[in-house]
Amino acid sequence: MAKARVLIRPKEGILDPQGKAVERALPALGFEGVEHVRVGRMVELEADDPERLSELCEKLLANPLIEDFEIEQL
Amino acid sequence: MIWGVLQFPGSCDERDALHACSLIGDARLVWHEESDLGDVDAVVVPGGFSYGDYLRAGAIARFSPAMEAVAEFAAAGGPVLGICNGFQVLCEAGLLPGALLLNEDLRFHCRQVELIPESGADGHFATANVGQTTTRTLSIPVKHGEGRYWAPDEVLDEIEAKGQVAYRYAPGQNPNGSARDIAGVRNEAGNVLGLMPHPEHAVDPLAGSTDGLRVFEAVAGARV
Repeated sequence: MAKARVLIRPKEGILDPQGKAVERALPALGFEGVEHVRVGRMVELEADDPERLSELCEKLLANPLIEDFEIEQL
Repeated sequence: MIWGVLQFPGSCDERDALHACSLIGDARLVWHEESDLGDVDAVVVPGGFSYGDYLRAGAIARFSPAMEAVAEFAAAGGPVLGICNGFQVLCEAGLLPGALLLNEDLRFHCRQVELIPESGADGHFATANVGQTTTRTLSIPVKHGEGRYWAPDEVLDEIEAKGQVAYRYAPGQNPNGSARDIAGVRNEAGNVLGLMPHPEHAVDPLAGSTDGLRVFEAVAGARV
């Protein structure tokens, strides 16, 4: 079994209200000077056939219209 | 006519949809594991939280046996209506353009909105006259946290040019930050319609509006 980690993030240019909300909350906690916060998702998995991971990501784990993904083999 | 209303684990509006359909014809539920739609003449993919909305809203439901049957049914010209979560499922399945994202303000909105039907959405929307809008708005409730319609600008231009925008929120009523105030879209052929507002909750005077029936009537005549 091959272990992999998939990072999924909103595409550039798409408003990410979760990232904005985190960004706005930080100064109130004393963390100044943080910007461009983007919130995505991370999926860890083990696969028999790592060759098919990309297809799997395009079909299910990410929606390629609105999200980019990166596969990291572990 | 016979309506089939899909039911996934996590659906919650299928009973209201069944009731709305039964005002126009006969209606029955289709469990998500059924791969044969049988003799239905139109399909409703209802609202709710199919499969817990895990991963992304609608992402897992699109792979259900019933949805594969719906994709074939739609390809053969059968009328399909996706409401709220059902709209998300149809977009995930590639049966409709675009995607539904988290509401701009991150809040769940539950309220009555006015919808402007576009280019024939109010009648037989398959034979829409592009560019003509009807003047009467529809009063229908929304209730969702992920209803911000989004597509790349070139796709938005294209669906507007082809008359695929079915409903827009009236000025000042866009509850979620949807691009160009779009509340509902149809496919190019005109037999598949998805919208975030809930017409099935607006079919009885007791609920304050019966405008939702007009959406079901439009879908009933949408076979291509």
